[in-house]
Amino acid sequence: MTTRQRVGLRVRVDPVACDAYGYCAELLPERVTLDEWGYPIVDGTPVEAGLVALATRAAAECPRRAVLLEQVLVAR
Amino acid sequence: MLASYSTTIWYTIRATGIVALVLLTGTMVLGILTAGRVRSRSWPAFAQADLHKRVSLLAMVFLALHVLTAVVDTYVHVGWASVLVPFASPYRPLWTGLGTVGVDLLAAVAVSSALRQRISARTWRGIHWLAYGSWPVAMAHSLGMGTDASRLWMDALAAACALAVGGALVWRVRDHREAGARAARAGAITRAVGVHGAAPSAAGLTTGPSTSRTGSTRPVSSPPAPTGAVSPVADRNASATRLLEKDRP
Amino acid sequence: MSAMTLDANDRLLTVPPRTRSTTDRTPDLAGHLATHGALAVPARDDAHWTAAVWRAVSESGLLGRGGAGFPSAIKWDAVRRGGRRPTVVVNAMEGEPASAKDKVLLAYSPHLVLDGADVAAAAVGASDIVICVADDNGPTAASVTAAIDERARAGMAHRRISVERPPGRYVSGEESALVAWLSNRQALPSLRIDKSVPLAVGRRPVLVHNAETLSQVALIARHGPEWFRRLGTPEAPGSTLVTVSGAVRYPGVLEVELGTPVGDIVGRAGLDGELSGLLLGGYGGAWLDPSHLSTPYAPGPLAAAGATMGVGIVVALPVTSCGIAETARIVRYMAGESAGQCGPCVFGLPAIAEDLEQLAVGRAGAGVLERIERRAAVVDGRGACRHPDGVVRLARTALAVFADDALAHARGRPCAGHRAPSVLAFPAVTTWGRRAS
Repeated sequence: MTTRQRVGLRVRVDPVACDAYGYCAELLPERVTLDEWGYPIVDGTPVEAGLVALATRAAAECPRRAVLLEQVLVAR
Repeated sequence: MLASYSTTIWYTIRATGIVALVLLTGTMVLGILTAGRVRSRSWPAFAQADLHKRVSLLAMVFLALHVLTAVVDTYVHVGWASVLVPFASPYRPLWTGLGTVGVDLLAAVAVSSALRQRISARTWRGIHWLAYGSWPVAMAHSLGMGTDASRLWMDALAAACALAVGGALVWRVRDHREAGARAARAGAITRAVGVHGAAPSAAGLTTGPSTSRTGSTRPVSSPPAPTGAVSPVADRNASATRLLEKDRP
Repeated sequence: MSAMTLDANDRLLTVPPRTRSTTDRTPDLAGHLATHGALAVPARDDAHWTAAVWRAVSESGLLGRGGAGFPSAIKWDAVRRGGRRPTVVVNAMEGEPASAKDKVLLAYSPHLVLDGADVAAAAVGASDIVICVADDNGPTAASVTAAIDERARAGMAHRRISVERPPGRYVSGEESALVAWLSNRQALPSLRIDKSVPLAVGRRPVLVHNAETLSQVALIARHGPEWFRRLGTPEAPGSTLVTVSGAVRYPGVLEVELGTPVGDIVGRAGLDGELSGLLLGGYGGAWLDPSHLSTPYAPGPLAAAGATMGVGIVVALPVTSCGIAETARIVRYMAGESAGQCGPCVFGLPAIAEDLEQLAVGRAGAGVLERIERRAAVVDGRGACRHPDGVVRLARTALAVFADDALAHARGRPCAGHRAPSVLAFPAVTTWGRRAS
């Protein structure tokens, strides 16, 4: 019996584009924390439905467009 | 009837102009603080950036009203051309022209920001630098037009605006220098300029049979102005050199 | 560096027997054909030939010899699906200071590498071949250019072939950095989210292969996959080139059968003195404890021992040297070689280097070991390329293999070895991005 799946979102950061503005960590602390130098440490767990809006905003607000949202298959 | 209509327009032109100037000043200060990465627990940086964007939109609205009423007004003839073409106004071409220059610069910034997703980061940043030019131009236009210039309250307002922007700039330059020093102390990799021969490590470890190189300073993540232009990479052949301000194709 | 024969099984470095000096060897076309035999590569698309060589490379199980160990046949598959006519890029950059295998290979058998490039180009339908040699590596460029000219005169040049000279920095040889340099003259690695999408210059896909990999391809095309698989292990077939240095009497490049015990490789190079540890893989590789000398030299067994094959280097560290100090030197060098694009690498590597240096001279404060481990964990995997990952692995394995040493150093009692001259080589750099030629 196969598990049902849906498309989930996973947060990723392009480390080349990132310039440690930190907006992503402010908007989505559930998935992004900052290391001692101000760069994001990303939790790759798919974002649950309630956080999708914040994740989208984090991607939109990043001044360097370094936050990427990846679509992944998630078990329901 | 005609006189009161004309006066209303006249006051509207001046009022919207002053409000636009104040809002532009606010936009400048917020922009400088955003570039300087000001943040605190209760005042997150993304909110700062967001506020900067919203205030700038408001400033644009009032600027548009100011320009529209100025052109529509029949008391003085400014002409539609002067909206975008500097020094084309029959009425006080110099001072009106400066206003037009300001509008041109801000229009470029507005358009580039609207198209931000479509243009390269470096292009956007370069155009955003123009915003720095728009503020002194706007100030000169406001004071030079003269209608309210000699009034005390106008002078006080202009001084307050100048103080706000000047203060923010001074803070920004100092903060940028400190950030660089902090990064150098943290030992961040930095751009080596003409380092020759053996440079033993700070700990006094001798290096191997051939010479070893250590780095020296380079600008770090806090860029100087709008949201960040730093001097471009000087040497195009320097393959692995990259400042943290970078362009993406 | 000298090239030494293994025995009758050697192939890549088939040089005359030891009765003749290796300097007698002329890597000319005639000598190459006499040693390895002729190889007919079709000038135009030949579906039958292409299918045959694909099958051969696929069945041979050839893994890339440039450090990643990626199956070559799968790379060809990805490039073929790219749509447009690909370009084959021969990666002869060899930015790893401790490695000389590609230099030796191209000095002694440039035609073998060029054969391999021809085969790969014909197999994926490429119209161009680009050979990348570091800009500070004059001898290799000269050897390659001479070989190309020879082939042109012999009527063997069916595709456009050129030599490019990217800057000789550590990361310029990284695949995406090399392709970036060919695109826009900036050798900067980029984040690769989907490895099955091939790298491209403009719209044309690019097949990047290490020089040694291509020389193996040339031999497989001649002798077939079964011949290739006669050496090595089922998972890691064939032979590979290893650069042995450090406390050995005969440092140089050896051709070894995959699966040979690590200790045998060092032994063949003449281990000089007692071993404190072995550096495997590269400056972004791993330390191996001397108790693991029986580990077979192959990707799987080495990984199980916490090490890696990398670009095929083995540095023997004697007990008279200090593993912590050597690691500190390497990490400082590697920190300076960062492309400077990603914060964790730009800030993290120098921070780790600083701690290691203080540890090496016995002046580190309390908690230094924990701090190094913590930062290593934070930096790992957060760059666009694998550069910081390698450095982090090196630092962690150093603290594991030289654990007793590390503790003594941390307590302010460094070993005498930290004052010994380094057994490692670090290139001289005059300005960032330019090597002294």
